[in-house]
Amino acid sequence: MKPSPQTSVRHKPTTHSTATVCDAPNVARASESGVSLLKYLIVGTTFGIVFVKAEVISWFRIQEMFRLDSFHMYGVIGSAVLVGMLSVQLIKRFNVKTLQGETVQIAPKTFHRGQIFGGLIFGLGWALTGACPGPLFAQIGSGFLSVAVTLISAVAGTWLYGYFRERLPH
Amino acid sequence: MSFLEFIRQPWPWYVAGPLIGLTVPVLLLIGNKSFGISSSLRHICAACLPAKLPFFSYNWKKESWNLLFVTGILLGGFIATHFLDNPNPIQLAPATKMALQALGIQDFSGFMPNELFALSTMATGKGFIFLVLGGLLVGFGTRWAGGCTSGHAIMGLSNLQWPSLVATISFMVGGFAMTHVFFPFIFKLIYP
Repeated sequence: MKPSPQTSVRHKPTTHSTATVCDAPNVARASESGVSLLKYLIVGTTFGIVFVKAEVISWFRIQEMFRLDSFHMYGVIGSAVLVGMLSVQLIKRFNVKTLQGETVQIAPKTFHRGQIFGGLIFGLGWALTGACPGPLFAQIGSGFLSVAVTLISAVAGTWLYGYFRERLPH
Repeated sequence: MSFLEFIRQPWPWYVAGPLIGLTVPVLLLIGNKSFGISSSLRHICAACLPAKLPFFSYNWKKESWNLLFVTGILLGGFIATHFLDNPNPIQLAPATKMALQALGIQDFSGFMPNELFALSTMATGKGFIFLVLGGLLVGFGTRWAGGCTSGHAIMGLSNLQWPSLVATISFMVGGFAMTHVFFPFIFKLIYP
């Protein structure tokens, strides 16, 4: 994905390649708008229901996980990875095309030290809030309105990272 | 047992996990989208307060599918809680319950401890630690790591990316450290 001409005029190009592209950029060539975007709302809704019904949005379940007192969360994450892995391998092996007829593209993850430092920081927050970013949204939907403060803080944390990014080790 | 009663029970890991894993191929095949949730926080920054920072200067509208996806998660949380709720209290491992009681938590009736997450805690020290500080750590950490449990642990590992394994291990180490090293101090602070 090339940075749009507008952004390269306004900002000096930076050394880090993701500066003008986000972490998992939309690689679809077909443009989507309006109704065709609704399918993501539906997938998200299904996903949110699973989150609540499997109780993975529960602060208590996250505590069980970090105290090694229950297999539940390990089972959820482990089987999700297994199914995801199998699907990605099948898609690659049989070159399964998207609904729009495009070849499936997945951006590789490049290693940088942020995955360790940032990962540790996120882990600390995960145990405090009992939520990773997905469950934050589901918790709010479930009626835990105070979590809106957590979400706003998470957006603020993301913004602070963007602000201090050039000064942090990567 | 009716169908509704059946799905109202808590779903076991071997049902929920594969369903969550299926999100990966579903998003790839309906529009070439890589599963990831913490990116939505970045798109919100890019849309609302880019402040001319290069990190937030990109075409966030092209990523609006991700914002719809997380809106769906919120909606799904509402639907599951209001129409498919389990009438029984959450079945917590006895060892976890005892450990949390020793820290000072007494209310085990909901998904979240009311002492920490009720609306009335928002303006207190507890709210500052668990909501504000917790949220800041989640947002800052996931972006520095370049993803969260979904982008790294599920999507990255599904695509056999070793940096995602490094990130996932770091997430877990951070969580263990907070639970076993910092919680005793934090709870002493809020329940002196």
